[in-house]
Order: sequence, then C-alpha cells, then structure tokens
Amino acid sequence: MIRLTRAAIDYLALTEEVRRGDCGAVVLFLGTVRELTGERVTVALDYDAYPAMAEKKMAEIEAETRKRWPVGAMILEHRLGHLEVGDISVAVAVSCPHRVEAFEACRYAIDRLKELVPIWKKENWADGSTEWVHPGA
Amino acid sequence: MTVLLFARARDLLGIDRLEIDEAATVGDLRRRLTQLYPKLAGLAAVSAFAVNNEFASDTTPIPANAEVALLPPVSGG
Repeated sequence: MIRLTRAAIDYLALTEEVRRGDCGAVVLFLGTVRELTGERVTVALDYDAYPAMAEKKMAEIEAETRKRWPVGAMILEHRLGHLEVGDISVAVAVSCPHRVEAFEACRYAIDRLKELVPIWKKENWADGSTEWVHPGA
Repeated sequence: MTVLLFARARDLLGIDRLEIDEAATVGDLRRRLTQLYPKLAGLAAVSAFAVNNEFASDTTPIPANAEVALLPPVSGG
C-alpha cells in the first residue's frame, strides 16, 4: 500500500498494519528531518510532489519489491508540506516470513523511492534563506 | 501544450505551468524551453521530463494532449 499524506505519519499504526501471522519479521524505516547538513542548520523542510506520478512510481516500487522478496504486507508513506526538525517525512514498513528478506526489501524500497519518486524538499536554513534540494543541479 | 513545473523550476519562473507550442519530442521541448526561458536553462539541462506520468528520454515523442512535466533532480525521502 502506498500513501501520500499531509498529516503526521503514525508509525505505530503503520507498523501494526503490516504485522501478519505468516510473517515472522517486520522492518520499519523512518526518514526524519535532520538538523545538520555539514555545518548548516536546518529549521524546517518543505516537501512538494507531483502527486499523480509520485503515487504511480510508489506503486511500481511496491510491485518491484514484491516480485523480488516474499513480502506479506508493505506500506510506503511520504508526508508532504511543512516539516520541522525531528518530524517524520517518510516511512517504509515491510513484513516477510524471515528477517533477511524483510531488511533487504525495506532497504530496496526506500532506496528506489529516493531515486525515482518525484518529490522535492526545500531547505529552510537557520539564517532565514531557503533552497530547493536538487542533487547534481 | 502545457508543461507542469515543480520545485526550483516553479520558483524561477513564478508559475506552476507554462503554455508552449507543441514539441515533437522531449529533446525538442528541452531545447525550446532553454531558448524561451534562459532562467531555466541550467536546471532544464539536468532535469528529467515526464510524459503522461512516465520518465521520458530526449527521443520520446510527445503525443497530442499529453501531460508533460519538467522534473528537476528529485530529493524525497
């Protein structure tokens, strides 16, 4: 299941959602707003998305992940809008029969999300300036 | 045709979409955007394009009425 949301990510509820009797392993990844990038101080991030394509790509990532590992349940959820330091921007929860495949599936899904999904963050630095993050641009 | 803009591209032009004459391919569109909007040139050179919600290469044809978007390098997560 994939979700874009503007509300806080409820990672406890989301973890419960992927727990299943036939899965002995649950892996949860949370991405949170980090205060320091090198020596620069972040006070907040604004996340923007191309929602229709982001949802399509996230659904494809779920399908790719399920093809490679015996996933019982998985949730990819990304928050959009204004987030402050410590807030959760993204969650990936995966259940599998065994831990090795659950770790691998979760790692794969978050790596692909960061590579492919049209979502962008804007840094709000402590000095009051802002800057869209476009790696390589 | 309409081209959707996001993130820094939207801030550079101050609009979230622009209207432009039909382009046959993504490469044609990239060249035309660069000529018409010099402010976008640097970013457009390293951005991806999407045609109907799918990543497109410079040789991808743009069908009539396609939804086209300029996608600067992504930074989600």
